[in-house]
Amino acid sequence: MLKKVDPMETHTLSVLVDNEPGVLARVVGLFSGRGYNIESLTVTETEQASHVSRITLVTTGTPQVIDQISAQLDRLVPVHSVVDLTVSGNGVERELALIKVAGKGDHRVESLRLAEAFRAQIVDATTESFVFELTGRTNKIDQFITLMGPLGLVEVSRTGIAAIARGPAGMVL
Amino acid sequence: MSDGLTGAEVVMRALKDQGVEHIFGYPGGAVLPIYDAIFQQNAIQHVLVRHEQGAVHAAEGYARSTGKVGTVLVTSGPGATNAVTGLTDAMMDSIPIVCITGQVPTHLIGNDAFQECDTVGITRPCTKHNYLVRDPDDLARVLHEAYYVASNGRPGPVVVDIPKDVQFALAKYTGPSNVAHKTYKPRLKPDQASVRQAVDIIANAKQPILYTGGGVINSGPGASKLLREFAKMTGYPVTSTLMGLGAFPASDGQFLGMLGMHGTYEANLAMYNCDVMVCIGARFDDRITGNTELFSPNSTKIHIDIDASSINKNIQVDIPIIGDVAHVLEDMIRVWKARQPEIDAKALKSWWGQVDGWRGRKCLNYEPRKDIIMPQYAIQRLYELTKDKDTYITTEVGQHQMWAAQYFGFEDPNRWMTSGGLGTMGYGLPAALGVQVAHPDSLVIDIAGEASVQMTMQEMSSAMQYRLPIKIFILNNEYMGMVRQWQELLHGRRYSESYSAALPDFVKMADAFGCTGIRCSDPDKLDDAILEMINTDGPVLFDCLVAKDANCFPMIPSGKGHHEMILGDEPTNLDEAISEEGKVLV
Ligand SMILES: Cc1ncc(C[n+]2csc(CCOP(=O)(O)OP(=O)(O)O)c2C)c(N)n1
Ligand SMILES: [Mg+2]
Repeated sequence: MLKKVDPMETHTLSVLVDNEPGVLARVVGLFSGRGYNIESLTVTETEQASHVSRITLVTTGTPQVIDQISAQLDRLVPVHSVVDLTVSGNGVERELALIKVAGKGDHRVESLRLAEAFRAQIVDATTESFVFELTGRTNKIDQFITLMGPLGLVEVSRTGIAAIARGPAGMVL
Repeated sequence: MSDGLTGAEVVMRALKDQGVEHIFGYPGGAVLPIYDAIFQQNAIQHVLVRHEQGAVHAAEGYARSTGKVGTVLVTSGPGATNAVTGLTDAMMDSIPIVCITGQVPTHLIGNDAFQECDTVGITRPCTKHNYLVRDPDDLARVLHEAYYVASNGRPGPVVVDIPKDVQFALAKYTGPSNVAHKTYKPRLKPDQASVRQAVDIIANAKQPILYTGGGVINSGPGASKLLREFAKMTGYPVTSTLMGLGAFPASDGQFLGMLGMHGTYEANLAMYNCDVMVCIGARFDDRITGNTELFSPNSTKIHIDIDASSINKNIQVDIPIIGDVAHVLEDMIRVWKARQPEIDAKALKSWWGQVDGWRGRKCLNYEPRKDIIMPQYAIQRLYELTKDKDTYITTEVGQHQMWAAQYFGFEDPNRWMTSGGLGTMGYGLPAALGVQVAHPDSLVIDIAGEASVQMTMQEMSSAMQYRLPIKIFILNNEYMGMVRQWQELLHGRRYSESYSAALPDFVKMADAFGCTGIRCSDPDKLDDAILEMINTDGPVLFDCLVAKDANCFPMIPSGKGHHEMILGDEPTNLDEAISEEGKVLV
């Protein structure tokens, strides 16, 4: 019997797909059609020769729903394989963000000081603004953005999460 | 690179190499080159329907009664959108279909050209897979792949959208290959440890039940044979979903009838009270489970399915076995034979005693009437008068469909074609057309309702064109009976828009189509009328006037469990039968 009180969990899934037209629409349509959540989604061709793309998906749901999501993804025809990195417990996750901050005086100095502490790069600067590039785990980026808030945060662009398993083994096609 | 073939010719060649003998279709601007190629060959017969929905249903009937892939050909835009209901129906019931759609030429795609629609976008959620072929040299490969995908693993519909310029262009032809598909490799052979564990649990059961579904049919006739063998080895009771009827013979003493919302008392109570449930090629659909919180609370559940996403979707199971039903049953039988397990004969005897007690309740009994034909009686007579013939049954959707499932006995697989998952009114008549195309000498009957049959009635014209002697047996209760029944139970008998007003005269309609019309309203004359229908050479529209207010029982009201069935002959306070929470369910 399904328990109604199952806790919600957040999982990161790696999905290898054939990079054919419509494959992303298929994946996204699966989530919207079945009422699953997408918190983050990244996709790019990773093996040009064989036209394979890697989709990294972060989703939330009960363990039963997460299993369903994996199984539903796996049965899509262009999907090679699905790995739940959260279940296997050894994923490395990174995200990149570009953060624009505008300001003068103390605010400008303080933003620069914090950027250094977070190891952010400056990729654009004017006399009244910076664009910082920051790579790291999602919560690190969240934290940096929060700190920039009162210091003249203008806008943010984030890539979403890319993830990969630790160790020598790769995902099988 | 080409072999001097046009895209359209490649289509015909690929279909021929796939063993296609019949196409159900309807022409239009964007498929004219393919129609031209059809004109210039004789290997494949095209069956012209009257509406593209009918083409898909006909292909479904063809597929389900033969085990082969059904093939459909429609034009772009409205041709494709008209096919969507059929595709969704095939998706829900796992029917292998390849549907070729014409598309505007590639340079016009995205321009809102005449009769353009985003066919792959529209059909993405209602197909197992779909393709838009932009490169003529991909066409042959994609078509072969489409047949592979449609028929392997859990079957389903596949759309191949072909722009008109691709149909005209010279294209490379490659034959079907044995090379495994790049990504789609469904698992057929089960994990052996799970099989052994399942056999252990099954052998130790005290109150077992085999719950079988459409997956047994889809796995091929061999799977039905193995199911029978396994059932005989164990001696356990067997029930079936709507989609699985015929996999196990209805006349067998071990068969408890259909389960679920309109299932039998004995089947549902056996499900509720069992200690071991073996689900074979079924999916714990909501028509089957009723309230999932109350579903078979004390059983260990084994689930055999080729589709891993069916496992734990609705009901948490203990032993999932992923594989093709025939393969899994074969392995289970082998393990069983090797072990020669000692089953608990005493427990089993007492379980059968309990089951027979429920059977004794005779839940399908109804009040017979002399003055009017009871719909159940009509099905019973139809069954008695056709059971010794080579008969195939299709249905529409509604009460008549459930009565057909309850009162018509199916002894073999592939003899019963019904729209289970989508519940599509209008399925039965075109499906009968497709069945008759595949089995020209068999008796093919659509058990219909007067409302449903009007949805695809125009296909009688196709039946006439191809001399397909389908028999449309209409249980005419002058109501959308199933809607009326729900309004009686849930909406204070306010029969909002469920009366079939302004009904056509079906006998005159038969006349207009040029086929035979028969009407019967007298129970004493019913047998003769049915015999007349059977003995008529061509298509028949049979208007069987039945009691207008009959309800379909047993019924598990929405939101209730298997143990809370309403029976036909029990005084029930219908207004209280369904809870407030149950009312929101369908
Ligand atoms: C295309 C479609 N529209 C609406 C419904 C909802 N529906 C289910 S049964 C039914 C009534 C069917 O009436 P009829 O064909 O006369 O069969 P009966 O129930 O009277 O035997 C309706 C409207 C449906 N299943 N399919
Ligand atoms: Mg009716």
